[in-house]
Amino acid sequence: PPLPVAKPVPMAAALPGPRWLPAAAALLWACCGSAATDGIQDQAEQFFRSGHTNNWAVLVCTSRFWFNYRHVANTLSVYRSVKRLGIPDSHIVLMLADDMACNPRNPKPATVFSHKNMELNVYGDDVEVDYRSYEVTVENFLRVLTGRIPPSTPRSKRLLSDDRSNILIYMTGHGGNGFLKFQDSEEITNVELADAFEQMWQKRRYNELLFIIDTCQGASMYERFYSPNIMALASSQVGEDSLSHQPDLGIGVHLMDRYTFYVLEFLEEIHPASQTNMNDLFQVCPRSLCVSTPGHRTDLFQRDPQNVLITDFFGSVRKVEITTETVALDPNLVGLETRVPNDEMATEPLKYAEQLPVAQIIHQKPKQKDWHPPGGFILGLWALIIMVFFKTYGIKHMKYIF
Amino acid sequence: MSYICRRFSAQTFDADPGDSGWWQQQFIGLLSQGSETIEVLGGPQGSGWFWGSPKCCAEVRGADGSWDGGRGPGLRCQVTLLFAQFQLTVPVSVVFAKGALPGAQQRRLPFADTQEEESLLNRKNQADAALLPLQEDSLGALTVYVIPETSPLLPQGVGVYVGKHRSAVMRCPQGPGDVLAAVSARVQQIVQAMSFTTDSITAALSDRVPMDQLGTDTRRPFKSSLGYEITFSLLNPDPKSHDVHWDIEAAVSGYVQPFLDKLGSVANFSVDSQILYYAVLGVSPRFDKASSSFILSALSLPHVINPVEARLGSSATSLYPVLNFLLYVPERIHSPLYIQDKDGAAVGTNAFHSPRWGGIMVYNVDHPAPDKALLPLRVDVDMVRVMEVFLAQLRLLFGISQVPLPEEFLLESPGNKGLTDWELDRLLWTRTVENIATVSTTLTSLAQLLDKIGNIVIKDDVASEVYHAVASAQTAMLELASGHLGSAFQASKEAVISSERAFFDPSLLHLLYFPDDQKFAIYIPLFLPMAVPILLSLVKILREAKQSKKEPTKTD
Repeated sequence: PPLPVAKPVPMAAALPGPRWLPAAAALLWACCGSAATDGIQDQAEQFFRSGHTNNWAVLVCTSRFWFNYRHVANTLSVYRSVKRLGIPDSHIVLMLADDMACNPRNPKPATVFSHKNMELNVYGDDVEVDYRSYEVTVENFLRVLTGRIPPSTPRSKRLLSDDRSNILIYMTGHGGNGFLKFQDSEEITNVELADAFEQMWQKRRYNELLFIIDTCQGASMYERFYSPNIMALASSQVGEDSLSHQPDLGIGVHLMDRYTFYVLEFLEEIHPASQTNMNDLFQVCPRSLCVSTPGHRTDLFQRDPQNVLITDFFGSVRKVEITTETVALDPNLVGLETRVPNDEMATEPLKYAEQLPVAQIIHQKPKQKDWHPPGGFILGLWALIIMVFFKTYGIKHMKYIF
Repeated sequence: MSYICRRFSAQTFDADPGDSGWWQQQFIGLLSQGSETIEVLGGPQGSGWFWGSPKCCAEVRGADGSWDGGRGPGLRCQVTLLFAQFQLTVPVSVVFAKGALPGAQQRRLPFADTQEEESLLNRKNQADAALLPLQEDSLGALTVYVIPETSPLLPQGVGVYVGKHRSAVMRCPQGPGDVLAAVSARVQQIVQAMSFTTDSITAALSDRVPMDQLGTDTRRPFKSSLGYEITFSLLNPDPKSHDVHWDIEAAVSGYVQPFLDKLGSVANFSVDSQILYYAVLGVSPRFDKASSSFILSALSLPHVINPVEARLGSSATSLYPVLNFLLYVPERIHSPLYIQDKDGAAVGTNAFHSPRWGGIMVYNVDHPAPDKALLPLRVDVDMVRVMEVFLAQLRLLFGISQVPLPEEFLLESPGNKGLTDWELDRLLWTRTVENIATVSTTLTSLAQLLDKIGNIVIKDDVASEVYHAVASAQTAMLELASGHLGSAFQASKEAVISSERAFFDPSLLHLLYFPDDQKFAIYIPLFLPMAVPILLSLVKILREAKQSKKEPTKTD
């Protein structure tokens, strides 16, 4: 069932920029000489412009506690947009403290709202949180990124990207100059984050990466990146604070942060076939609306942001090719070439070995437990008590005890 | 840990002493050789862009010559180097039929290894099967038979016939001058078609080649992985009208399993199937009055997959890459449904595929006249037609694509196995090279990481995995150079397994980053107040000791 949306999505009405721009870009691309002479080949070239074949998203909310409601709402709003534009849950790693919906202070349980007057419930009923509550730690986050995960981790908690994956990483919470606070107990620094991305690049775990951060002094987190194909956006520069949007008097806390609020408004107008590019995302939330100055970094990115579609990262538009050839199969040869199916398994009945002789258990006498002299801690504790007793009262009182 | 940089030279199989390298296919691998300090340069030429850390750099060469993207700021560091050059050797034996070469030329043949084999061959199909026991059927080895120009074995206009197994039959090119040179050129062309070319090896090493040099073919096939999971799904959005049955077990065991068995040395495969009811495509098809059918245009195809994918449940089972093959039986009100390509023509197979994901085929059901219809209509899917398309898509997704060949080449169809032996060889050549390149990248970056972070503890099993990976990769390189494709591939697979296990070991997580100013900020407020009285009392003790030394000792 479709998720409840606050306002209808205007289809193709919000194509920014002149109409001829995508056509000119396509023409320019074709002229660049990709050796495409065939018509279908040309189409394939256009489809493959960005070079990725699948999309992943890692959405992290690094705060917990009721007064950080807005961070959870931020993350859930981005989650909903990303799902709406096509990335399936199996390709989203969502890390949330998830203590809002069932918090005793929540006047509307099982909901998380992102607009005041409770217009939009972003929690919904099909949220799949992969890392919740105390599992959101710096270690787990780095393990997800670098792939050094213990073998017992289920598939939904892994980032199984390959060299043709575009990954969107969104982080929100409380941060400072060069660090981001995880759940009030630890921090991740920008150097560690940059090293993690470098580890990802070394193993080619991404094709292109979009990093969005909505914290105070968020721009400091992307200053240290040095791996290629990373584009970064932040809600505020170093020395500035990111501000929250508006409180809801019914719930009693601020519901969203400004930057993410306006990014969400921008994303609501994107549909899977839209051609909006990254330059429009850079213009979202100017200083007049956001009070802080959003920043972005594109020097590590090889393509021009003009050519990068929003859906390259936020959506999952698959590249398709028409299948034109078939393999000739001869049904008459099937019987000759198949192996003889092994039906030995059906004939022999299964027997189970006697595991628990019940009769012995029922009539069993309780086994005498071997007595061990007390050792270690208990011994030390008793020795301490006895010593204190005799120090206080003196040894002459012993005869009164025995 | 340091690894010795080694250079391997293959045994040269000189057929003509004056023309060394004739039989030897040699490709320069993409890691430079000789120096211990290496630089990674990537990106468009002349941009000076650096891949990898600015602290460590490695020089990358193109497949046919040096390719230098320019240098820029960056520190050199000692990075130990594993592999120098790739040398790939294909053992080819050329068999001349009696009378193929004129006598004068025959005397010029350097290797006089004449074996008289009598076999009557009438037709080319028989030839392929009859010649099979004559040749050594090892992976990677090829045999080319040269027959006289006028032989009736091959039909008119066909110069070369490539068989299902690893042999080819070619007509001896007629003409004045050096027939042997012409024969060698033609043989080289055949060998390139049946084993590997520069392009295919470059595509296998696509991680290191800048993006704009790659074609679309490299992005379609799956990367080399240890296993794959194949899922066949039947989507029935309208169970009230169609009662669809498909004998998928028989089809899989009859058509898909032989193909997968042939690829058994490449990876582990697991196949499963499912039927999904009420699963609709995300796009509503248009009605086309001209053909009175429903049309899915090529532009709407990319949006078909996503709504369905959430329901496929393909990600719950294993960690291997998943290939999904969907068979969609359209609803009664949307029948018949055809797919149109970009030019507006209907697609013959009625199917499309998505790179690194899988394929979808639309299966139209014939409906009888409405008054005779008894709903739900029982539909038995024609699995042969469906499997022909799915096998073709499977081949494409594995990178077994059609090789562009000149006109006079005739290829034998692979039959029910879906794959000829030499196509398997092609796959193995590229996969082996890809595996070795992956191993070298992984181990190099692991070495860099461990050098950078001095206080990571390296467990014993990680160390043994690394040694095993290096040893297996060296074995693989040696085997490649000597032409044993089967053992080279197995060694490269073992090397990849070991290196991945070493790199992704959960204990190698570097979490600790202590910048100096944070050290000051944390430790000074703790220790300074404590240290003040301690220091003062130490000073007092020293002063007292000095004073007592100065005072004369009292004697009674």
